[in-house]
Amino acid sequence: MKDIAKKVLSGDSRAIARLITLAENNDPSANDSMKDIHPHTGKAHVIGITGVMGSGKSTLIYELTRLYRKQGKTVGIIAIDPTSPFSGGALLGDRVRMMELTMDEGVFIRSMGTRGMLGGLASAVYDVVEILDASGKDVVIVETVGVGQAEVDIIKIADTTLVIIVPGLGDSIQTLKAGVMEIADIYVVNKADRAGVEQTVAEVESLVDITCSEKERKTPILSTIAKHGEGVKELIIEIENHEKYLKKTKEFETKRRLRYEAELIEIIRKRLMNFIFDEEQFKDKVELLIDQISKKQIDPHSAAEEILSKILK
Amino acid sequence: MEKKIRVLVAKPGLDGHDRGAKIVARALRDAGMEVIYTGLHQTAEMVVETAIQEDVDVVGLSLLSGAHMTLFVDVARLIKKKGLDDVLIIGGGIIPEEDISKLHKEGIAGVFGPGTPCEDIIKFIKENVKR
Ligand SMILES: Nc1nc2c(ncn2[C@@H]2O[C@H](COP(=O)(O)OP(=O)(O)O)[C@@H](O)[C@H]2O)c(=O)[nH]1
Ligand SMILES: [Mg+2]
Repeated sequence: MKDIAKKVLSGDSRAIARLITLAENNDPSANDSMKDIHPHTGKAHVIGITGVMGSGKSTLIYELTRLYRKQGKTVGIIAIDPTSPFSGGALLGDRVRMMELTMDEGVFIRSMGTRGMLGGLASAVYDVVEILDASGKDVVIVETVGVGQAEVDIIKIADTTLVIIVPGLGDSIQTLKAGVMEIADIYVVNKADRAGVEQTVAEVESLVDITCSEKERKTPILSTIAKHGEGVKELIIEIENHEKYLKKTKEFETKRRLRYEAELIEIIRKRLMNFIFDEEQFKDKVELLIDQISKKQIDPHSAAEEILSKILK
Repeated sequence: MEKKIRVLVAKPGLDGHDRGAKIVARALRDAGMEVIYTGLHQTAEMVVETAIQEDVDVVGLSLLSGAHMTLFVDVARLIKKKGLDDVLIIGGGIIPEEDISKLHKEGIAGVFGPGTPCEDIIKFIKENVKR
């Protein structure tokens, strides 16, 4: 086993941080360490938090983490923000809300850019969850980007998915209808200090009634005031209840299987793309084919077949 | 492999506004970097712990005046003490000429006065990142 993997397993922050960087950069040297740590994963409960920007996700994570720490649990946090498709840069500002967790040795926070992924996650997020899990964190919390697109990929990685809604944002329920509503294991109506909470809760309730009629578990709806830590204790209890429900039924295995499926596909996709677009032997060929397509000498489908035939032989 | 330059923009100390830091943060993002922004009132320990967890290539400190020199130095020394040898440290603010060489000696490689064009900072980072 490589030194860095050993250090990750012992909970060493520097090693955790460095292995995350290697995984994010698709550095081949991360692969062996990822293999080494995998047998030590699967213990952490993974919580996914989605909701539009400004709904209070980061603030809620801060409050949840404080309570988990009081219970003696260690926490890993992955905060994802959008990467600009034009510059490739990203402004990662979620730590501002979690500043007071910085010096807590039982908490590790990592900010990530989406680096071209749609669906609210970053491509390396599966690796980062495994790294934090292997490092011994009891709970891993993932904050999605919150730009309001269909950020449904979070269910591929989370054991418990929280969907945050705020009152008064007319489009928030609309967003729910656009597909985000089906993914919630728990609804959180945050900013309950604002006008219109009852109406928002009622609207969500009516949606839950429509979707959950056939399920044995009714999706709970909770109100919180994350800014003041209100309702967070109740939320943790609901998260625990959900965890118990998952383990009592077969759903836990189903969820984990879904994660490994998504992870496997992502690894293959990344490696295949790197192979085709980065390897010297293919790079020139790809460029040549693109030139030929531009000159109408070949069509894109035939060009793709030509590349694939070289790999699949 | 897709290496990106990661920069921590921090505002240690107690003074209250971070407009300058935010402008620089945005400019660095537009130059293709991943900028971790942490907000006001960071202690030196917090800056360095954040730099570790985020595994940044650059720590950029924003200070209003030379009166906060000691904060710069605290961060630089702690970074050295923790062995983060491959982190580039830069700083900006109103810093008297005579203090600049002192800061260089402490390991703060780039010191930028008010009104420095963002392009200069970007260029400096790109030419001096250590990994
Ligand atoms: N009024 C009110 N504001 C809140 C509440 N929770 C968070 N906020 C504020 O909402 C803003 C956005 O919060 P943030 O956690 O950054 O949201 P995110 O973008 O979803 O991560 C901040 O100014 C918070 O202080 C709440 O319960 N009530
Ligand atoms: Mg946030």
